[in-house]
Amino acid sequence: MLLSRTANNLYWIGRYMERAEMTARLLEVGSRIALLPSAGHGYRNDWESILRASGTAEGFARKYGDPVQRNIESYLFFDRDNPSSVISCFERARENGRIVRTALTSQVWDALNSAFQELRALERQPRSTLELSEINEWTMRQTALLRGAIDATQLRGDGYDFLMLGYSLERGDNTARLLDVKYYVLLPKADYVGSGLDSYQWLLLLRALSAHRAFHWAYGGEITAAKVADFLILNRRCPRSLLTSVTLSADWLGRLAGTYGRRTPAQDAADALRDEVAGHSVEDIFDEGLHEFLSRFIVATGEIAAQVHDCYLSGEAR
Amino acid sequence: MAEEIFNEMYDGGTVRDIYASLEDWTTAMPGDLRQMKQAEAEALFRRIGITFAVYGEGGDPDRLIPFDMFPRVFSQDEWRRLERGIKQRARALNAFLVDVYGRGEIVRAGRVPGHLVYRNEAYEKAVVGFVPPKGVFSHIVGIDIVRTGPTDFLVLEDNCRTPSGVSYMLENREIMMRMFPELFRNARIEPVDAYPTLLRRTLASVAPERCEGEPTIAILTPGHFNSAYYEHSFLADQMGVELVEGPDLFVEAGRLWMRTTEGPKRLDVLYRRIDDGFLDPLCFRPDSMLGVAGVMDVYRSGGVTIASAPGAGVADDKAVYTYVPEMIRFYLGEEPILQNVPTWQCARPDDLGYVLDNLGELVVKEVHGSGGYGMLVGPKSTAEQIASFADLLRAHPENYIAQPTLALSTCPSFVAEGVAPRHVDLRPYCLVGDKIELVPGGLTRVALREGSLVVNSSQGGGVKDTWVLAE
Repeated sequence: MLLSRTANNLYWIGRYMERAEMTARLLEVGSRIALLPSAGHGYRNDWESILRASGTAEGFARKYGDPVQRNIESYLFFDRDNPSSVISCFERARENGRIVRTALTSQVWDALNSAFQELRALERQPRSTLELSEINEWTMRQTALLRGAIDATQLRGDGYDFLMLGYSLERGDNTARLLDVKYYVLLPKADYVGSGLDSYQWLLLLRALSAHRAFHWAYGGEITAAKVADFLILNRRCPRSLLTSVTLSADWLGRLAGTYGRRTPAQDAADALRDEVAGHSVEDIFDEGLHEFLSRFIVATGEIAAQVHDCYLSGEAR
Repeated sequence: MAEEIFNEMYDGGTVRDIYASLEDWTTAMPGDLRQMKQAEAEALFRRIGITFAVYGEGGDPDRLIPFDMFPRVFSQDEWRRLERGIKQRARALNAFLVDVYGRGEIVRAGRVPGHLVYRNEAYEKAVVGFVPPKGVFSHIVGIDIVRTGPTDFLVLEDNCRTPSGVSYMLENREIMMRMFPELFRNARIEPVDAYPTLLRRTLASVAPERCEGEPTIAILTPGHFNSAYYEHSFLADQMGVELVEGPDLFVEAGRLWMRTTEGPKRLDVLYRRIDDGFLDPLCFRPDSMLGVAGVMDVYRSGGVTIASAPGAGVADDKAVYTYVPEMIRFYLGEEPILQNVPTWQCARPDDLGYVLDNLGELVVKEVHGSGGYGMLVGPKSTAEQIASFADLLRAHPENYIAQPTLALSTCPSFVAEGVAPRHVDLRPYCLVGDKIELVPGGLTRVALREGSLVVNSSQGGGVKDTWVLAE
């Protein structure tokens, strides 16, 4: 048994930390793509695709107007006006953690709190002394430390299930968004697909997900759109694939249903999405359109999240 | 301030036995090591997250209370006397509360003036005639004690509602043991870490009679923006109970419930860390977002125990304070072991006259104030400050009491230049349930500014670990 509010805080720690990681990974992709000769619309367009994928394009446009790399970096990393910036996510995750200190082990709290304190110190340093790739790596190191502390110390009770549910829901959503960047960057020109530039962009994407070596183990040979889509959407061995993420979400919800002795609509929704994704082939997805498929997945994930809220986090369920 | 100031480390010119090991420790510690340790302590506090936001100051919400590494020491004899005096006082205060919400014998007997009780803002008409389980209103009594000489301990004030700071008592010890384990190997220091267990037992012992089996206990906090949130969360964690906010609770079928992921769960004992006025918007402030609608009805029908009980505040008012020795005599038939500080009630014309004539030597406090706000320390104030305070006094004399400026004892403390005496006070936390318990120790607050007598953390005070030596 957990206070609904506590479950809510734990769930959001998972979501925010995963989101912080994905924002850093997006920034990494963006900064690498910006170093390439443009795919057609100038580098501005590439950065715009990063903002769009992170769902922050409108907020950025309101604040800065033109997408200048330096502003984008600030906006995605240090800007508290951007709810998905790395600092916003760390701050909120830590605030959620502070509220539920009693539900976290001291190592988990320590990881959350130390990360936040370090980030505040980074924030005070002159921006010119900070390398983007260093702060991105720093972010991934911190999120890994926290996951490690959770894995090593947190009691496998319902609190853990909510924490992990936050992670898995957010991860599925984020992988879908990262893949979608490629949609915006890639021109649908036949002669371009399969070109050197095309496969280099896919490689960058895999690198940003720390997945390019895993990809080579799993597939080998040329990097093609079909292989990458298969890897990041359908491959159960890929830890960030959509199918892995939604399967995990369904598992956590199944565990909760078991613990509480009560099946919920949230679990039904997660099972349904898992089965649907599992029923697709890469050809099905490309026929539907990658962007369309990913958009549908993002919406369905949002619906599961809404069900989780109604069934467990609102405190209204009887 | 004519009296000599008592430095607790010395007896005349020689170091007292109980401080001998600390004297060796400081002499042997090079300055750079001390600075390193001080930085380490600060880092530990920050990592644990023990921070304190000061109301209305803005600034850093993660401010630390300065921690002074030099411990304060009590001998077993000193402590035994303090312990008896504190428990005596806690018993009398609770007897007084049961009495004034019942027949009011002490008022009928003319020992305490009726208007101080019944016209007191903290007197809760909503609980007249109600006796809480085990006859306890104040379950955690924080008694602030100052020392003016080797055997002179005085009670400065009582805190019967929700005294804070106990987490510092526990964490200060934790951090000292981590940083200086050798000190604890060489001196036999009574442990304080039983406090959370005792608090839990105390709260369980006052569960409503209707509660069968193990009672469910929760701490009610105003939320994580509150300056004492760390403490609320720390205590909930140490006791293994839920930390709840008003919106987590609701009243149904005459009981109090928590909203959980498995549906409603009944609560039996609520240790609230919010003021009476915010407890129940139906009973007190209708605009309160912190409390629970209808909880007072549940409380009065014996469905839940609230600790401290609503209405307990009437016993720790600064004007009622002067009558605590009288309460001890009246209810317990004993003489007070710990004395009060002589106090002038500005509401009395004679007293007011004396206070106005001697403002430069007195400390004047608001009757309902706390935290070192709204007070005047005569000897430390300018003529202008004194004059403007005199105007306040003349306008509302009933809001103020005055006390002599005490020659508060000092304890050696680490300061920039090395070690120097600084003024200290002591807040022990007495637990009242079916038994009365007191862990050997408390929170020592220290005025870190040279010459300052104000130990409140909101006014630049710090804290120290407090040792009671075993025999």
